[in-house]
Amino acid sequence: MSEPTTAPTPENNEHMLPEATTLAVLLILFFAIGILALASIMMGRPEAEGAAADAAVAHGPAEFESILGEDFTLGLDTASKERGHFAVPPPPFSKGIYPCSECHGDLEPDDTRRKLEDEHQEIKLEHGGEERWCLDCHDFKNRDKLRLANGTLIPFEESYRLCGQCHGDKYRDWRAGVHGKRTGYWNGAKRYLLCAHCHSPHSPKFKPLHPLPPPIKPQYIRK
Amino acid sequence: MSMTPDLPCSGSCAGGGVAPPPPGADADLPAGVSRREFVEASAKMLAAVALVSGCDTNVEEFLQKNFRELTPEELRQVVARLEKKYSEAAGKPVTVTTTPPLPNTLFGYGLDLSRCVGCRRCAYACARENNTSRSPQIQWIRVLELDKEKGVDLTHANAYYNPETVPQEDKFYMPVACHQCAKPPCVKVCPVKATWQEPDGIVVIDYNWCIGCRCCMAACPYGARRFNWGEPDLPAAEVNPHTHYLGNRPRMKGVVEKCTFCIQRVREGRYPACVEICPVGARKFGNLLDPESEIRVIMRQKRVFVLKEEIGTEPKFFYFYAT
Ligand code: SF4
Repeated sequence: MSEPTTAPTPENNEHMLPEATTLAVLLILFFAIGILALASIMMGRPEAEGAAADAAVAHGPAEFESILGEDFTLGLDTASKERGHFAVPPPPFSKGIYPCSECHGDLEPDDTRRKLEDEHQEIKLEHGGEERWCLDCHDFKNRDKLRLANGTLIPFEESYRLCGQCHGDKYRDWRAGVHGKRTGYWNGAKRYLLCAHCHSPHSPKFKPLHPLPPPIKPQYIRK
Repeated sequence: MSMTPDLPCSGSCAGGGVAPPPPGADADLPAGVSRREFVEASAKMLAAVALVSGCDTNVEEFLQKNFRELTPEELRQVVARLEKKYSEAAGKPVTVTTTPPLPNTLFGYGLDLSRCVGCRRCAYACARENNTSRSPQIQWIRVLELDKEKGVDLTHANAYYNPETVPQEDKFYMPVACHQCAKPPCVKVCPVKATWQEPDGIVVIDYNWCIGCRCCMAACPYGARRFNWGEPDLPAAEVNPHTHYLGNRPRMKGVVEKCTFCIQRVREGRYPACVEICPVGARKFGNLLDPESEIRVIMRQKRVFVLKEEIGTEPKFFYFYAT
């Protein structure tokens, strides 16, 4: 942006202010300076042309929604100012799979370790190696419950207790709000997530993500 | 500003229209015109110029005082004026709050370097929440990609990484935004006191007072401040209508801006937007004065460090390793 080069009129030199100088002249002086100052404020940079099209695409929030998908907001209403009670979202069951007793109720339970061939073949157990299998966590008789090592049956809503049996350090951090994600109010009601919301219990390693686009390099920033 | 040598201009006129009349000028004024009346008349004249020339800087805006010097009544008027202006531009009601700091509150932020996967969702959620310009693009959060082998060595940082998936095996990621220093160099250098630290520790900017000199950007050791080089372009449909005067209200060309820990949210008790969006829960936030807060638990139990500790800025942004 170029500074105004037009100099103020000669009248603006203070040594040229004799008795004859009137208020009007002073006002003209201020008027002129004012115009110059305002002109410089208003003068935009000239339109940039020929910006490198590929790199100059700004990724706005409209696109952000679609890149982001719904999974990460977990139904969060970011505009809400309500200070209500936040429930833990329900356990992330596969669609139509719960209650398990709907099928298992009529089946004769079988506790021999085996590869599942008739149902649940899509489950690939990638959790703790070969020695892990279904009935380490699912109860043998009541499939609608999970089972702790000491025999206690717990609902799926309390699955963190099951995870905490082995992952004690993470469990402790999660309860303190250090591990995992909390949303809501730093000084009030918070919404917690279950371990299973981020880590599939059958394959708990966090899956890689596609990163959102890098920022635009300064040399491509154009208006 | 270059002055043509044959037209010397003494100091009193170089400063522009708001300079008081030169000493002794009173004597030259017509009888009955006091100095005060003269200054007022000149100011009105300037304002009239602004109106005639179609500049959208209006009279009140031009004469507005620093945020901290506004009386409650003046503040009310300023807010009303801004809300009207922003609502008209956005085509929907935009509120400008001036929520004061909460008592016994000093905000602190934690970022778990052993969790962050470098997905940049925080940077985009921040832009949406804080009404930053989409073009020219302004983002307050920079996510740096660093080599695991070299550790926290910023000379090898890459902000423009773009692999198919993150995290990459041999890399880790370090998001950087304003560290809300307890001893902020940016505040020290600002020649007009347009930026200052609030009692809850947030370093804020009065955009209407900022003269755009960018001294603060030079002073910031974390590269956290951004400048509006062009007229900010923020599509009306994407305007977040819930704003704070010292935070995410729409900005204008020629002013500096930066992260405020989402002042419009945190002063109402909510978590910042980046905390809420992070898919891995790497971001933690809370009150440093509350021993039971998440951030204090982290400071007690985890390995914590601040960036460039040796320069004595005392950031309230703590990087840590949960595992
Ligand atoms: S959203 Fe979370 S994981 Fe993604 S870059 Fe930001 S801090 Fe890292």
